Amino acid sequence: MEKQGVVGLEITTELRLGLPGGAAKPSSNKRVFSEISTVEGKGSTREPKAPAKNQVVGWPPVCSYRQRYSFNKEKGDGAEATAGSKAYVKVSMDGALYLRKIDLSMQKGYSDLAFSLEKLFGCHGIGEAFNEGEGAEYKLIYEDKDGDWMLVGDVPWEMFMESCRRLRIMKKSEAKDIAILQTRDFLKGTLKDDN
Amino acid sequence: MNYFPDEVMEHVFDFVTSNLDRNAISLVCKSWYRIERFSRRRVFIGNCYAISPERLIARFPGVKSLTLKGKPHFADFNLVPHDWGGFVYPWIEALARSRVNLEELRLKRMLVTDDGLELISRSFVNFKSLVLVSCEGFTTDGLAAIAANCRFLRELDLQENEVDDHRGQWLNCFPESCTSLVSLNFACLKGDINSAALERLVARSPNLKSLRLSRAVPLDTLQKILVRAPQLVDLGVGSFSHDPDSETYNKLLTTIEKCKSMRSLSGFLEVAAYCLPAIHPICSSLTSLNLSYAPGIPGSELTKLIRRCRKLQRLWILDCIGDKGLGVVASSCRELQELRVFPSDPYGVGNAAVTEEGLVAISRGCPKLNSLLYFCQQMTNAALKIVAQNCPNFIRFRLCTLDPVKPDSSTNQPLDEGFGAIVQSCKGLRRLSLSGLLTDQVFNYIGMFAEQLEMLSIAFAGNSDKGMLYVLNGCKKIRKLEIRDSPFGNIALLRDVGKYETMRSLWMSSCDVTLGGCKTLAKKMPRLNVEIINEIDEMEACNDDGQKVEKMYLYRTLVGPRKDAPNYVWTL
Repeated sequence: MEKQGVVGLEITTELRLGLPGGAAKPSSNKRVFSEISTVEGKGSTREPKAPAKNQVVGWPPVCSYRQRYSFNKEKGDGAEATAGSKAYVKVSMDGALYLRKIDLSMQKGYSDLAFSLEKLFGCHGIGEAFNEGEGAEYKLIYEDKDGDWMLVGDVPWEMFMESCRRLRIMKKSEAKDIAILQTRDFLKGTLKDDN
Repeated sequence: MNYFPDEVMEHVFDFVTSNLDRNAISLVCKSWYRIERFSRRRVFIGNCYAISPERLIARFPGVKSLTLKGKPHFADFNLVPHDWGGFVYPWIEALARSRVNLEELRLKRMLVTDDGLELISRSFVNFKSLVLVSCEGFTTDGLAAIAANCRFLRELDLQENEVDDHRGQWLNCFPESCTSLVSLNFACLKGDINSAALERLVARSPNLKSLRLSRAVPLDTLQKILVRAPQLVDLGVGSFSHDPDSETYNKLLTTIEKCKSMRSLSGFLEVAAYCLPAIHPICSSLTSLNLSYAPGIPGSELTKLIRRCRKLQRLWILDCIGDKGLGVVASSCRELQELRVFPSDPYGVGNAAVTEEGLVAISRGCPKLNSLLYFCQQMTNAALKIVAQNCPNFIRFRLCTLDPVKPDSSTNQPLDEGFGAIVQSCKGLRRLSLSGLLTDQVFNYIGMFAEQLEMLSIAFAGNSDKGMLYVLNGCKKIRKLEIRDSPFGNIALLRDVGKYETMRSLWMSSCDVTLGGCKTLAKKMPRLNVEIINEIDEMEACNDDGQKVEKMYLYRTLVGPRKDAPNYVWTL
């Protein structure tokens, strides 16, 4: 049995007092007056990638109605969206011949998402991926704005919608090779044997 | 002593509209108390659990207008579970049973059901006005009942509610005989709208002054509506996107020019920037502009618009306007009193955010500024001091750095001195929200100088109990205190327990108060409800007094613990 090293996984929802993150932010440049194109542009040129913010529940204090509403208009880093409504992301499923796309803004939450994915791929058991425990046949992961692969379900739904770039439905047999899940199992003290 | 008959006294009291003054009147003598209570028409209840509907009706049987607020403010930021409370149905039921002649109901952060709406529509013959702000629990079926049964409806105002849209034809339910509408706001609805029904409704509402449309209402419908209602004073645009070369768009241009009474614009829930020039003709008379829900308008179009709005008093905008854009606001809108800048990318790195520069520019150009909500990438003490000097008239000052503990971006110091300058300069300050790196010192300033402060919001601030104590000791008029993620514990909580009866409520979450401390407080103060909200570990936490409380909400009340709390809420 090989022990995988613990992956330094930033848990972005951790609440802390004090200055966030280790790395200093890039020193604030004068804010350039940003021109945002209405024709689904990706916005102004990206700044050098700053360290992932610690995302705290309820911060910034924008009321949930405005958050829900405003997300649909978000372009750029989050799921692709045109001015108006949709937030389509690609979904891949292990073993499926081609990818699909799903509109995140039409989902009400995680269970709704699971249900829609099950319909999309004509399979059962994606909902179980959210349950703790080893029974689930599938694991649902997503690629976030930073390019990291994260387990779906850890953060509040709105936060997930904001940062999800694409989804992947992994079959259980594939999952063992992924460090993120190894880490979770390790922390729970139930590290599995490789077959 | 009364030398006048009751009717004369009542007539005199009619001129006294402020409830604070009327409360004072009722304390003069028994007969004034009696006369006043029968003639009181408007009642405001800031916390629906502070009193019961029965007692309200007993004291003010003649009430015609009732305002109720439910959930605490931090519910807006997902810190309070949806079913925590704030159910309005018992109120409606009690009012109906007692045959109160209710004409107006204004609710904020309450749980409203279709049954409740239907009961309103059937019970109060003269019902005129329904205003729902940040409420949830109802559907368009409830709205259909209101539309169908309230024969004299003047106002239906839905602001930022979560409404389940059954895509029924609720607009059709307004009978042909309904011609009394003055204000209709359904901007928060998500479903399709029957345009023809809407046009007919507008056509038969000659008194319509305020109309706010949902995103589903397209530009061509807007044009037809404006033809029927050129008298509109307040317009919320739904969808504003169309081929600018089309006949419809050209018709719109002509129609808008005729809307000479327009003073307030909002919405643009879906907008193509190239259509915006259509509203240029009315910009010069606008006093209020809300583009905070308008997605992706380029800065250049925004400034083109704002340059023309020289009479603007209220502006709500997204931070993609940038510091430069705020500079344009500062030079164009000299009459500005209220500014709100919302984040367009709340979790992002802040490409589009504003900084202290924008705020300083505003303070230089807009000396009448008295109300501010400003989400920014960074702030400095120096900037806040300049703002304090330029704008001494602040009543509401709410600053939010996107990073909750960000220090002064040029000196790396806490923002204590900056906020200190604000409270020292703005003697009329009633509401303050803090953010950024803050120590106990800022609370020392607040306690010393913020004499009129009524509401204070604290997050990730302070070093010790001293901070909270400065506020509780110093701010004599404080009514609402809400604190999250700050190191205040039992010592601060328990120092002056009587203080809380002079306040409406106190919220503390992720602080250092323990279960034992809360229990002690509850025991000493029977006229407070001390609620612990504990969604995880429901059963366990009850035993360990040393455990820190995740969420505590306490409020004064005359009616004891509420009976409708869900099982994860304990009243100690």
